Amino acid sequence: MNIFHLAVKEILHRKLNFALGLLSIIAAIGVFVGALTLLKIHDLRTHQILEAKETETRMRMAALEDEMRKAMLNLGFNIVILPKDVNLTDWHADDYAAKYMPEDYIEKLAKCHLITVQHLLPSLQQKIKWPEQKRTVLLVGTRGEVPHLGAGPKKPMVEPVPQGAIVLGFEIHQDLGLKVGDKVTLMGREFTVHKCHDRRGNKDDITVWIHLSEAQELLNKKGLINAILALECQCAWANLPKVREEITKILPDTQVIERASEALARAEARIKVGEEAVRSVEQERQNRLRLRTEREQFAAVLVPTVMIASALWIGFLAFGNVRERRVEIGILRALGLRSRQVLLLFLSKAVVMGLVGGAIGYGIGYYGGGLVGRSLEHLGTSESVPPGLFDWKTLALAMGLAPLLSAVASWIPAVLAVQQDPAEVLREE
Amino acid sequence: MIAVENLRKRFSGPSGVVQALDGVSLQVGEGEFVAVQGPSGCGKTTLLLIVGTLLHPTEGKVCVGGANPYELPLDARARFRAQTIGFVFQQFHLIPYLTVRENILAPQLAVSDPAALQRADDLLRRFQLADRARHTPDTLSTGERQRTALARAFLNRPKVLLADEPTGNLDADNAEIVLRGLADFARDGGAVLLVTHDARAAQYAHRIVRMKNGKVLPD
Repeated sequence: MNIFHLAVKEILHRKLNFALGLLSIIAAIGVFVGALTLLKIHDLRTHQILEAKETETRMRMAALEDEMRKAMLNLGFNIVILPKDVNLTDWHADDYAAKYMPEDYIEKLAKCHLITVQHLLPSLQQKIKWPEQKRTVLLVGTRGEVPHLGAGPKKPMVEPVPQGAIVLGFEIHQDLGLKVGDKVTLMGREFTVHKCHDRRGNKDDITVWIHLSEAQELLNKKGLINAILALECQCAWANLPKVREEITKILPDTQVIERASEALARAEARIKVGEEAVRSVEQERQNRLRLRTEREQFAAVLVPTVMIASALWIGFLAFGNVRERRVEIGILRALGLRSRQVLLLFLSKAVVMGLVGGAIGYGIGYYGGGLVGRSLEHLGTSESVPPGLFDWKTLALAMGLAPLLSAVASWIPAVLAVQQDPAEVLREE
Repeated sequence: MIAVENLRKRFSGPSGVVQALDGVSLQVGEGEFVAVQGPSGCGKTTLLLIVGTLLHPTEGKVCVGGANPYELPLDARARFRAQTIGFVFQQFHLIPYLTVRENILAPQLAVSDPAALQRADDLLRRFQLADRARHTPDTLSTGERQRTALARAFLNRPKVLLADEPTGNLDADNAEIVLRGLADFARDGGAVLLVTHDARAAQYAHRIVRMKNGKVLPD
């Protein structure tokens, strides 16, 4: 027989005293673990909400980017690089530049790391009289997009026109009754109709597109172009001076102008929507953080209050227990038990109470907190406690805290038991 | 084995100072059974508690088993008490939640001894408690309770046995068993100091010491 055996026998003998203390420990640890579990569920839910919002935002932004690309394609290019000496008044009136620059400018641009420009399209444009059809058209020679080092791999926005092929604007193919596959002669050279555009309501409707090299030959402008169309998808309108500076550094005898302001306005609006979505995620993050802080503050008051109340109650019960066991303590002292053994007898009981109460309190706090948290946070899970909440650290903390709380609360009564004079008790008896 | 000399003990209470012992001197040798008799409040129990190393005397010398226990630190005195002295009380003072066997083994909490288990079983048989070994005190008769208390006092094979009115609540048969147990203890070489009003003690004690007003009366 040892002190621990004695403590256990006493617990079994005075079950009510033990049960009342146990309830107190269960309440304290239950509230503590419950509060931690609720906060963990809050964090879990916050993570879920923010992840969903971020995914939604990413998808919206991707959709916006795609829409913007389409809008840019339909409405025109937003950056045009022209030879420096082009008179812009004439350019706006004629729809093409009357000055030329070497075609290899495009290669120069392509080799540089222009981070703002996504697509480069060299062209040779000139308004001509179509001799065979006796009508004025805008002839555009293009070789499609030129890949450049600054941009990542991008889906081309404009399909190149193959050699020997011709692409016709709406008014032209309508007036001439042409369709894909028909043969047509332009300036003495035969072309196959490659594509017929729908109505766009702008100068594209009276434009014909052929391969750049063929346009250079027809217009006698070998190795020359008069415009580089550049679509920079996202930030040029916000940072046009930077784009202009970047390009004129590489091509000093050019000028950069902005076009298609309608497309830019739309793009800007879309970007603002995107930014709004990002702000909304941030707003949600802040709201959740505020809610967590409020819950933390509540727990910071509730948990210590319950702990203190529990400790006082355990201390009160331990006082009662010491009073009830006065004679027993006296006789144990008379039998030769030393002070620390008597102290150990009372603290063993407190530790047993703490361990049992800690285990039960943890279970109740964990499952109770899980159920309440699931309901509060509207977690859509079939399990009673959302998965991923259990952690050994909290269990260890609860199992360490409970016996400590119980032992600290029982300490003063245990010391009083030790200080009790056995002779006085035995004389009274 | 027990020697007290010029022992005085004063208690301070609300009604003033009470002189419980006033110059008591007494010797109990090995194998001697001494009964102390006297009216209530004459200081018998106080004497017993002082000899039992539980109550510090105000003045005087105490020697138990050849040593002055009050010169020892508290824990060493407790150990000394566990090894040297056995107690039997009128109210038995058994621990209510332990079985008879566990109550008999309780002194082993202070002095661990593997042989104590065997001795406890021997004592159960000796005091006719073997069939009650697993019972708790509330299911025992008063005689069985006192026999359990006596067996407990014997467990650590003390040199001195101190008994305070052990037969006060017992019938004649059980009182006989207890007194014979004390006498047997003395015959085996122990010293017995019995505080009692029981006239039957004279049949077993070697010597009767009478006390009055905290003093030992002359023979």
